Amino acid sequence: MNAVTTHAIEVAALRSDRFRMDREADWQRLEAIVTRMEKGRLRGISDDDLLALPGLYRTVASSLSIARETSLDAATLSYLEALVQRAWFVVYGPRSSLTEWLRTFLGGGWSAAVRAIGLDIVVALAVMVAGVAVGWLLVSHDPEWYFSLMSREMAGPRVPGASAQALRGTLFGDAKQDGMSVFAAQLFSNNAQVSILAFALGFAFGIPTLLLLVHNLALLGAMAWLYNGAGLLPDFAGWISVHGTTELFAILLAGAAGLHIGRALAFPGDRPVLQATAEAGRRSAVVMTGVVLMLVVAALLEGFARQLVDDTFGRFAIGGFMLAAWCAYFFAFRGNAGRRR
Amino acid sequence: MNAAAIRRARTRKERILLTPEGISLPVTVAGRGARAGALMLDLIFIALLMIGSTLALAQIAGGAGQFMREAKGGGAGAQVLQFLMIVWIVIMFLFRNVYFLYFELGPRGATPGKRLTGIRIAARDGGRLTAEMVIARNLLRDIELFLPIPLIMMAGAESGMAWLAATGWFAIFMLFPLFNRDGLRAGDVIAGSWVLERPRQKLEAAMTVQQAPPGEEAAPTHKFRFEDAELAVYGEFELQSLERVLREDRADSIETVYHTIAAKIGRNDGWGDERRFLSDYYTQLRARLEAGMRMGRRKADKHSGH
Repeated sequence: MNAVTTHAIEVAALRSDRFRMDREADWQRLEAIVTRMEKGRLRGISDDDLLALPGLYRTVASSLSIARETSLDAATLSYLEALVQRAWFVVYGPRSSLTEWLRTFLGGGWSAAVRAIGLDIVVALAVMVAGVAVGWLLVSHDPEWYFSLMSREMAGPRVPGASAQALRGTLFGDAKQDGMSVFAAQLFSNNAQVSILAFALGFAFGIPTLLLLVHNLALLGAMAWLYNGAGLLPDFAGWISVHGTTELFAILLAGAAGLHIGRALAFPGDRPVLQATAEAGRRSAVVMTGVVLMLVVAALLEGFARQLVDDTFGRFAIGGFMLAAWCAYFFAFRGNAGRRR
Repeated sequence: MNAAAIRRARTRKERILLTPEGISLPVTVAGRGARAGALMLDLIFIALLMIGSTLALAQIAGGAGQFMREAKGGGAGAQVLQFLMIVWIVIMFLFRNVYFLYFELGPRGATPGKRLTGIRIAARDGGRLTAEMVIARNLLRDIELFLPIPLIMMAGAESGMAWLAATGWFAIFMLFPLFNRDGLRAGDVIAGSWVLERPRQKLEAAMTVQQAPPGEEAAPTHKFRFEDAELAVYGEFELQSLERVLREDRADSIETVYHTIAAKIGRNDGWGDERRFLSDYYTQLRARLEAGMRMGRRKADKHSGH
């Protein structure tokens, strides 16, 4: 049966020690498996052992429950407690298959998480619209505001008072520009960092998140005012919309995710605040993973599609299509979200 | 509460965690020193990785430049350089954001730094540690660590106020674990995770196993027999202290404990064989207490009833 009972000469005087010797082989097998998994040598573990792991874990866990009620051997108890804990780490550890997680994520988990923070998305959208309006109004009252929103180096030829011709030049005709792919990679890296920041700032009750949204969108409003002055507003909107529908959507989601956490911290409802925050945090983390993916798409659109499609109608078509696709995916696609744990 | 639980309650970092099977497990929250050490190690690893990959890419770029000059074909070489630039940007982004994610999503639930300091992450509610938790706790690292450090460096040169603000920010998040019981950092709060020590415990030999000489009937034998009244004076706490003394097996502590027990129960026939006296007393006391447990009677220590 097991290794210990074959040593017939060993006899335990107490019932609790005999209990222990009957089960020791299982404990040691579990310990061997767990030790190998802790060392990361997954390949060295036989299929038998892997299949036996959950069962062994429950066996040893029940040994621990029984031992607590019947045994006073402190060394055995603390060994069992440590072993059950180590096995618990392994059995309830992160699911190792990343592809499976990605499948549930894309197949409904992401859109379900986005729908779950719907209220925050509405609030963040309102704040973003307000940000654009603020930018526009500020600059139209006093063009000097333009430079407090945007540094002079970054603005380049896009300054108040620039000729319509110069502004048109910034929107069209850089199809042959070199280094677009590097530009796209930089854009992605930068935008992803900003959106992670917008999310993470939600920890301060969401207020810095809102400020960040207002600041970024005020810049957009100011630029819109600038192009409007030159009669180029539709062209500017087309130029932005190629990647903007994806990128602004991603920033909207990141801001909403941050706000979601801030709201859970400030108004946990009738749940304990730590639990409410943790639930909100997990939901937002799903949204944020998607945000990073969206920003990859946005950077590709910005680096390539915008330069290659050089007329306003085509740009609107791409941007509109992306917006419709995202909306359909988030709000109409139910997927297999019900199957998620 | 048994003696072990009393002993545990004394150390401040012990918590009870309930597994999904309904088994309560004592766990130890990782110390702040271990956490800080793990973070330092990980940052060093990341810096080394960044420097290493930058040097490697620069080497390749240098080679490409060489090739370009020799072939005198500008276009292909420029594209190679462009491609290397993209690779570099993406690698830097990945090291900064994915290093922690990748390792904490593995079966060990710990970055190399954490592994070296013997700690790992786990779900606070005793359930499964999910990918969402790991993602959430590591996204917050951005405002805790990566945002303020460059800010402090940049602001330091410019103005005192900005430097103060950046340092204050940094301090709030870095010191966050000091101001809650479980040493949670902001990311742990968001994710519902915590950082625990990895237990290591060897299985010690059973106390009452006896090596019977071959051929003889293997029956438990006692040199010393104790009356029920003599055993009734002690409880579980004393039993486990006695177990420790016997396991350590140091002559001076055995003698001290022998004198204490002998005086208490009024016997002194164990002269010269104190260890045997104590181990027999241990076995019979444990048999008595465990029999009581099976009947639902527990005696925590010498002061309690039964």
